[in-house]
Amino acid sequence: MKVRSLMTRDFRTVNYVSGPLLFVERPVGVSFGETARVMLPDGEIRNGQVLDISRELAVVQVYEGTSGIDNSLTSVRFTGEPPTIDVSIDMLGRVFNGVGKPRDRRPEIIPEDRIDISGMPINPYARDKPSDFIQTGVSAIDALNTLVRGQKLPIFSGSGLPANKLAAQIARQSKVIGEGERFAVVFVAMGITYKEASFFMNDFERTGALERVVFFLNLADDPTIERVATPRCALSVAEYLAYAHHLHVLVILTDMTNYCEALREISTAREEVPGRRGYPGYMYTDLASIYERAGRIKGVPGSITQIPILTMPDDDITHPVPDLTGYITEGQIVLSRDLFRRGADPPIDVLPCLSRLMNLGIGPGKTREDHRNVADQVYASYAYGRDLRRLVAIVGEEALTDLDRKYLTFADLFERQFISQGDQNRSIEDTLSIGWYLLSMLPEEELKRIKLDFIKKYHPKYRKEGVSEIPQGVR
Amino acid sequence: MKEGFISRISGPVVIADAMRGSKMYDVVRVGREALAGEIIRLDGDLAVIQVYEDTNGLEIGEPVINTYQPLSVDLGPGLIASIYDGVQRPLPLLLERSGNFISRGIAVPGIDRNKKWEFSSLVKPGDAVSPGTPLGEVKEYHIRHLILVPPGISGTVKGIDSGSFSVEEPICVLHDETTISMMQKWPVRKGRPYKKKLDPTVPLITGQRIFDSLFPLTKGGTAMIPGGFGTGKTVSEQTLAKWADAQIIIYIGCGERGNEMTDVLSEFPELVDPRTGLPLIQRTILIANTSNMPVAAREASIYTGITIAEYYRDMGYDVALMADSTSRWGEALREVSGRLEEMPGEEGYPAYLATRLAAFYERAGRVVCLGSDDRVGSVTVVGAVSPPGGDFSEPITQNTLRITGTFWALDTNLAYRRHFPSVNWIKSYSLYLDSLQEWYIREIGPDWKELRDRIMYLLQKEVELQEIVQLVGPDALPESEKAILEVTRMIREDFLQQSAYSDTDSYCALDKQYWMLKTIHRYDSGITNAIGKGVSLKQVGALPLRAEIARMRELGSIEEIRALGDRIEAQLSALEVEQ
Repeated sequence: MKVRSLMTRDFRTVNYVSGPLLFVERPVGVSFGETARVMLPDGEIRNGQVLDISRELAVVQVYEGTSGIDNSLTSVRFTGEPPTIDVSIDMLGRVFNGVGKPRDRRPEIIPEDRIDISGMPINPYARDKPSDFIQTGVSAIDALNTLVRGQKLPIFSGSGLPANKLAAQIARQSKVIGEGERFAVVFVAMGITYKEASFFMNDFERTGALERVVFFLNLADDPTIERVATPRCALSVAEYLAYAHHLHVLVILTDMTNYCEALREISTAREEVPGRRGYPGYMYTDLASIYERAGRIKGVPGSITQIPILTMPDDDITHPVPDLTGYITEGQIVLSRDLFRRGADPPIDVLPCLSRLMNLGIGPGKTREDHRNVADQVYASYAYGRDLRRLVAIVGEEALTDLDRKYLTFADLFERQFISQGDQNRSIEDTLSIGWYLLSMLPEEELKRIKLDFIKKYHPKYRKEGVSEIPQGVR
Repeated sequence: MKEGFISRISGPVVIADAMRGSKMYDVVRVGREALAGEIIRLDGDLAVIQVYEDTNGLEIGEPVINTYQPLSVDLGPGLIASIYDGVQRPLPLLLERSGNFISRGIAVPGIDRNKKWEFSSLVKPGDAVSPGTPLGEVKEYHIRHLILVPPGISGTVKGIDSGSFSVEEPICVLHDETTISMMQKWPVRKGRPYKKKLDPTVPLITGQRIFDSLFPLTKGGTAMIPGGFGTGKTVSEQTLAKWADAQIIIYIGCGERGNEMTDVLSEFPELVDPRTGLPLIQRTILIANTSNMPVAAREASIYTGITIAEYYRDMGYDVALMADSTSRWGEALREVSGRLEEMPGEEGYPAYLATRLAAFYERAGRVVCLGSDDRVGSVTVVGAVSPPGGDFSEPITQNTLRITGTFWALDTNLAYRRHFPSVNWIKSYSLYLDSLQEWYIREIGPDWKELRDRIMYLLQKEVELQEIVQLVGPDALPESEKAILEVTRMIREDFLQQSAYSDTDSYCALDKQYWMLKTIHRYDSGITNAIGKGVSLKQVGALPLRAEIARMRELGSIEEIRALGDRIEAQLSALEVEQ
């Protein structure tokens, strides 16, 4: 750390206030990115950060908003430090606001360390390859888009779709087979309603996980700009828990669309050249600085797995928020309004879903040897069945061949029994059995993507139990 | 040393005052921590600097020192199997210095200065040497690393030694007392000189059926792979890095995921190059600038990469460079341009985007190298493009399209149904077909062109037929057209699909590709003849041929595939009209 003069640096030279920004004139000795304390005429203190600085002017973004700030009496003190957060293992079970101050009416934590919230990039050479299969108990994820420890796998939702329910289910059921309780959840709310936040809180309480959860709540009526700092504060805590206390941390970020909107608000106030749909051109870089904080480090036992949730405006997957997210994250889970309307729970549309790290977490010794083949075959058959639906809408079911009709039935049953599972917590064996049970409706020679040995070994026809047995979980 | 001071800081852009006398693209040290930066605009006393490291904590008035050197890379033995950040800092050294997270202001050399290399000379005192003359060689893994006279130096050798040297020790002295060591520096933004450019007439074999057989790329050519997220750009780039028949691979992870680089890092030492039998890492140089690393270094990373590529090209090697993804590079340009408050062009990109892209891709090529022995080397560039929303009309895709020779369009719909590689065979093209025709006919088979044309015709026809099927259903088609759909389904599923993760199929030799194609063609001709005779498609379907063709990719030898083709012909011609 640089040596600084002890002179307090209070400036009463606020000149111009616009949106979330205030402009301080002649900011001598102020550094880029440092925190500012803004003192309002009535004594209220707010926090801010320097975004741009020249000899004439410093631009400060104020997290709590600028209402009530004037340009004669307000003074700004620069702290000389980057934005930091106090961290401690005792944060587990506590509720904080968007910048890490307790909001559960309990005392301040006793900090074990203080961390710069912007974090530093992990050296790619220090990263460890993610490889532990996380069993979420959700078939559409476990079998087809496997989540691996250290991955960032977002849920693309639409307004009104039950992304929260799915996220809570994942948080509740996730486990690495054969491991103890060294896990924690960091839950980050950005601009969601009180109702949504309390849904999560109740769910964690009900399952007794509450004391393993750190909450960061920036609710819909909290200051917008605070949201820009919230995920960074939360991830700093997550990194501390993972790398200093060696916990496996699952970070749930909801809702990233609100975060991006806050970013856009600041960008607009700075009069920057807008990129697509008014979002700033550097949004990719900005989002990457959040998502890339997932991962594992060689020789360190902890890990950070991220499940960001975002709302696709108008269900449009090409909107900049889901689009840029998809380019950074290692896959995506996409919810579909069509499936939701037809009662699927969770309404996961598996075709646009993807897990890029799936191959690292499956196979013999991790899940089962036939996992990859079964997943490929289910995908291919379901995609074909979906295509046929479109054809049926035009020419009618009678025009189809017998084989095509089987595919049509397969697609229907796949949605009803494989994807839709309600509150069940399915083991990977159960999930694969259901997969095989459904595949066995198709003629054996259609299963081109499965190795012959696996067909002989796992196809219900060849198993001792016989064809008639219906696996657990099928409704 | 010129010393100025910081007068403004905005993200990765810093403006320094009292910098008169600086040149464009001079490297500067910014602030007390001496962060590396590069001058990108001059305005009176002011210099605008893009900083390759995080600028948080910099203060107005901190010093800025001009080194008067352009941004350069170290070239010499020791590059291979390295992993660098965007400005050629070895990541393992950064790990040693600053731990698991990358901190700032660390200056480390691009290649190891202390390591000794066994140098054996190829010239003797009294020999006249000019730029490009090999002075000697060093063994770098299995690569014969030629030590060439750097551009701009020529004369007569006064003394030269063989033996064990570090890269900075002089190995050769000329009569005018110029000393030459094994290491040279080269500014990244300037292409290395060569004697002349050649037409690309040799294909870059990738072992991927859709690339080699339908849309080939040449050594010294350029290709682009655009595709929305999840279409398999990165997997394609990595597959090319694994199997392309180049002697040196430069893989640039430009603004992409950290875990992906880890994947490459852990996989490449284990995978074996099918041609040399050695670990793939021993021909690979990795440049990793992940998306959360500083933006300006991302802009520099592709230049760092291509300069290293040109260095090995000058020794007479075929080098393939994979850049994943050039869109992130373009976005870095846009971000810096935005901070400079330049007038934006399309979608906020600077107006010089097209010029920069063209200048980068034109550094590819097959050339006659400097020196008297007319070595031929090549740099092939494959750039991934990540168009927002998968929309190919955006500026980076469009500007890249105008300058690249092969276009491998990835298709989201194919990816959704897990057809990989998800290259769309209707949209993709290769401009090198004509110049490669001769090579393919000579090396692969005289009927290669007819085969390819027939396959492309069928695939094109399929699109038309599918439209009809969508309107009136498959029953309305005559048998002959149903047969076409049958054959094209076979082409798509049994030929074009190729799993990058399969043990047996991730690499498919060119002659195997040819025979697979030929087998499908024989099936196609057989079925057309049979239907001409009045045989029904149902009868054809009753034969067990389809399943056999589906497992054709797993066959080990050409003989087996040829035998399968014979069987197909025999069985199809034996079919008689059912009464």
